[in-house]
This record gives sequence, structure tokens and C-alpha cells, in this order.
Amino acid sequence: MAKMVPLPSRGMVPERDIGKAPILEATHLGIEFGGLKAVDDFDLTVGRTEIAGLIGPNGAGKTTVFNLLTKVYQPTSGTVLLDGKDTHGMSAIQVNKAGIARTFQNIRLFNNLTVEDNVKIGMHNHIKYNTISGILRLPKYWIEENRAHEKALSLLEIFDMQHLAEHKAGSLPYGAQRRLEIVRALATEPKLLLLDEPAAGMNPSETAELMDNIRKIRDTFNIAILLIEHDMRLVMGICEGIAVLNYGKIIAKGSPEEIQNNQTVIEAYLGKKKEG
Amino acid sequence: MKQAKMNRTTRSNLITYLMVIAFFVIFQILIATGNVSSLLKGQLVPICAYVVMAISLNLVVGVSGELSLGHAGFMSAGAFSGIVAAGYLQTMMESETLVLLIAMIIGGIVAAAAGVIVGVPILRLSGDYLAIVTLAFGQIIKSIVENLYVGYDANGLQFSMVKNTLELGEGGKMLITGPMGANGMATISTFTMGFVLIMVCLFVIFNLVNSKSGRAIMALRDNKIAAQSVGISSSKYKLLAFVVSAAMAGMAGVLFALNFTTVVASKFDFNTSILILVFVVLGGLGNMRGSIIAAALLTVLPELLRSFADYRMLVYAIFLILMMLATNNPKLKGFLQSISAKIKGAVGKGGEANG
Repeated sequence: MAKMVPLPSRGMVPERDIGKAPILEATHLGIEFGGLKAVDDFDLTVGRTEIAGLIGPNGAGKTTVFNLLTKVYQPTSGTVLLDGKDTHGMSAIQVNKAGIARTFQNIRLFNNLTVEDNVKIGMHNHIKYNTISGILRLPKYWIEENRAHEKALSLLEIFDMQHLAEHKAGSLPYGAQRRLEIVRALATEPKLLLLDEPAAGMNPSETAELMDNIRKIRDTFNIAILLIEHDMRLVMGICEGIAVLNYGKIIAKGSPEEIQNNQTVIEAYLGKKKEG
Repeated sequence: MKQAKMNRTTRSNLITYLMVIAFFVIFQILIATGNVSSLLKGQLVPICAYVVMAISLNLVVGVSGELSLGHAGFMSAGAFSGIVAAGYLQTMMESETLVLLIAMIIGGIVAAAAGVIVGVPILRLSGDYLAIVTLAFGQIIKSIVENLYVGYDANGLQFSMVKNTLELGEGGKMLITGPMGANGMATISTFTMGFVLIMVCLFVIFNLVNSKSGRAIMALRDNKIAAQSVGISSSKYKLLAFVVSAAMAGMAGVLFALNFTTVVASKFDFNTSILILVFVVLGGLGNMRGSIIAAALLTVLPELLRSFADYRMLVYAIFLILMMLATNNPKLKGFLQSISAKIKGAVGKGGEANG
């Protein structure tokens, strides 16, 4: 496990990422829904190749943070720097092109399409031919489609899913659907991958496998991963930096050991010990 | 693996192409040998036009997943611009086929332009709201054409939406006279051109659907938020499907209109839009072959039912209900499937025994 080192700014990144600009720097990020501050003054720094975790009790605002980072919602305050670039005013589409890809807590696949097509849709902006060459089947179409096919299969291989390529995405078992979402997100060639409860509904052996795969993805693609998860074994096992969110505010940040021993965190999850 | 899949989609598309070609060849032979009644013969071009309407609407409703109730509006926009183009071109050109071709292209372009104008603002809507606005669009087109006066003389084409008569010079001719529609047109549409149009539209739709753009359109249908999260522009691809569909409807409109000597705007009203939607729903959403069969059958049916005289529409309605039951009832579907499985099993066993 890499040692966490504080940056001159407010964030921390793993030791190996020092000297490289962090991939994500969110400062004072917040959103209000009609007076209710769902997320408030949220700060987070994610290193270039860090696996970071975002945890907190139900309703703490974790998924809202993801929605702010990916511009499903526009933040009402604060800034997000992605790879040093301000994402202010970007749409969900632009932010994806800039390098953030995500999965969803409630799985959102293209159910009526095949597994391979789902991955190819992820590669959409990296397949270079226009609609006219597609309709007229110009040579460019065949070259790019063949390349896309090979690439899609090699991405599916990460989770050993090549044999499912022809199946409808909606017909896959739950765990496979979650894995397919990750593959689809990876197909967009992100610099930062956001995983929203990747282990939800998985059994312990599947979760263990997922942990290996998340590490493998980070090492193969050299990207940063930020994940939301309730399975503490997974979080403590693979995350280098962890941020804890409660009632829309960060209540603690640090390495897994620091978080495990943090009194505020324990109170947030288990409640306060009675005095006396 | 990939090979198998390529073959499956390609084979399915190939069957559809072959079906249309077979339909064309059979009717050509029947016509040549004089075995087609004049009634049915008169239906051939309208069938082609409705088939194109059905597959183009299926692109919007089935592939793109947006309900459009104004498809006849695009047909109308194409039809009347095609009438003007054809009427004007006939003074200059001999070849009827060339006139029809140019008229169809112009009709397609006008309808596509209408598609862009309507599509840009309304494709921000979805579901029922989109349906209501497209419905209104169909009515607007109808009203515009009913107030449109177009004629030509030595000075060229003349338009008016205010005066109900145009002061045309000597040798001038009215092409569209408001609510009276277009009269005295030369009927230059042919079954062959209808067939060619169907084939071209099928080619465009199949190739579009099996390309990057088609996948983007279907991704937006299945899950818009997820599609945007992987960088697919919702407005761009929804508009693409809408405009391609509108252009095809425009061309079908030209084919349809130039098959008659008289066409009025009310021919392309809400009822026509619904009729085309019925073709699509009965044929199956996203299923082009189904749309073609449904459009062809349901266009011919009212003519075939003439012997029922007063009860014609009653029988038509019963037929529609039965067809809907047959295509959508799970019990009936299961029953039909079990029968076909038994037949296949029997054939398979027979084959084994013989082998």
C-alpha cells in the first residue's frame, strides 16, 4: 500500500504520484436543491494513478458528488479541475470527452443491444468515420469497425466476458451487468474512472475477484479510480486514500488505517456512545 | 463468434431485400401476363409509398424510440414541393423518369429541411409531449398547403399565400390552388420507381442502424443518461434519425402524389399519420420487414374487402384487432411457437431418418 503524502494544496495523493499534477481537484464543491445543501464545501484530490474511495452512510450525498463531477447536475458552487482544466460550464458529454467515465449505482446498460454493441457505444468518440461513410459502407467504415470489434473483445477480456459478446446486455446476470458497465466506461478511454458501488449484489468471492480486477485496470490503463462502496473489505483492501462523507460534508480523509480509527467516522456510522 | 453475428444481421437484412425483390418480380410477371386486376394495379404505387412511410417512421418510433404523430406532414411537404417541381420541369424535360427523380429529390430535401426546422426545437421534448407537438406540426403543414397558391408562366414560378388567384401571363398554369389542391397533373409515378425507392430507403436504414451513428441512436433510446455519460450527443443523433426519416417520407410523398391527377392537402392529415403508425406497431417496433408486410397488406385490404360493401370497414377493424392479438398476445405467440417447433422437430427427425 502506497504511503499518502499531503500536497501543498488541501489534498493528499499517493507518494508515487507526487510531482505529477493530480487528475482531479475539487474545491468547495456544492449543490443546493431548493435550499437543501445536498453537498457542501466538498474538497477532494485524486492522484494520477490513485485508487480512491468515497464512503459514508446512506443518503450522505456520495452519488450526488459523482453526478456533480460528471455534470449530470451543474454545481452551484466550487470548482472542479480535471487534469488541471476547469470543467465549469461543461456538459456531461464534454466532461466525458475530457476524461471522466462512470458507472451507475442503479445499472444503466443499453439492454436491447448486445454486450459487444454496448462496449462499442462506449468507444463512440474514438471510432473515426462519419454517418455518410457508414451508410455507403466506404472502406473507412470497414477498417474502423474491424478495429472497434477487436478492441471491444480485448476490453471484454479484462473480465473474461468475450464469450458473452453476442448476448443481449439486459439478459446478463446482475454481476456481469455491473462488470459490463465498467468495460463500457473504460471503452471511452478515461483518465479518471468513477465506480458507483461496483460490488453491490456480489458475493464475497466475486468481490475478491473484482478487487483484483480494479487493481489490474489501474495498472494496465494507468488511470485513476474513484469508487463509492459500502463493502468495507473492498474499500479498505484497495483504496489508498479515503474520504468520508456525511450529510453532504467531508468529515474525514486519510489512509484506510486512519479512517478505521477515526472517532468521527465511527460515530457517523454507529452513533455516539452514551455519556457515563 | 463475430462471423456468426454478422451473418445473422446480414442474413435478416438480406431476406428483407429479397422479399421486396420477389414481390416486385412476381407483380411484374403478373402484369406482363395480364393477371392483375386494374384495381390492384392502381394500388401498387400507393403500396410502395406507404411501405416507405412505414419503414421511415419505424426509424423514428422503433429505432430512435420517439413517438411521432405528424409523419404525414413530411409526406405532404414532400408531395406538394414535388408537384411544383414536376409541373415546372415537365415544360422543359421530355423524360418522365428524370422529372420524377428530380421531383423526388427536391421533395426529399424540402421534407428534410422541414425536419430540421421542426426537429431542432422539439427534440428537446420526449414521450407524450413530443407526440403532441408532432401532431400539431402535421396540422400546421396541412393548413399551410391549404392556403398555398402556386403557378407558373413565362416569368417562372409564382407563389402566393394571400391572394387566392395568381395573375399568370399567357400560357400560365396553376399547380396548387389552395384547398382545391393540385389538379390535372401528369401521372408519372411508376411501380419500378416505387420499388427502387423502397430498396434505397432499406439500404440507407439498414446501413445506418448497423453503424456507429445507429448504435448511438439506439443507445439514446435505451438509456439517455448512460449514453450521455459515454459522450454521445442526444440532440445530434435524435435529429439525425428524425431528418433521415423526414427526407424518406418526403420522397414517398412525391411518389404517392404523382400517381394521381388530383391531390388535396387533407389526404395527408392526422388519420394518415395514425394509419402509418398502425403499420409500424403491427409490424413490430424496429422490425423493418414487419413494417413492409403490414403496410402492404393493410393498404390492399380495404380494396380487397370491397365485396363486403357496407361492412367493409367493420371487417377491416376486426382484421386489425386479430392482427394485434396475433402479434402481441403471449399465449398465442407461445402456441404458434410450439407448433413451429413441432414442425421443425418433425422435419429434423425425418431428415435424420432419411440420412
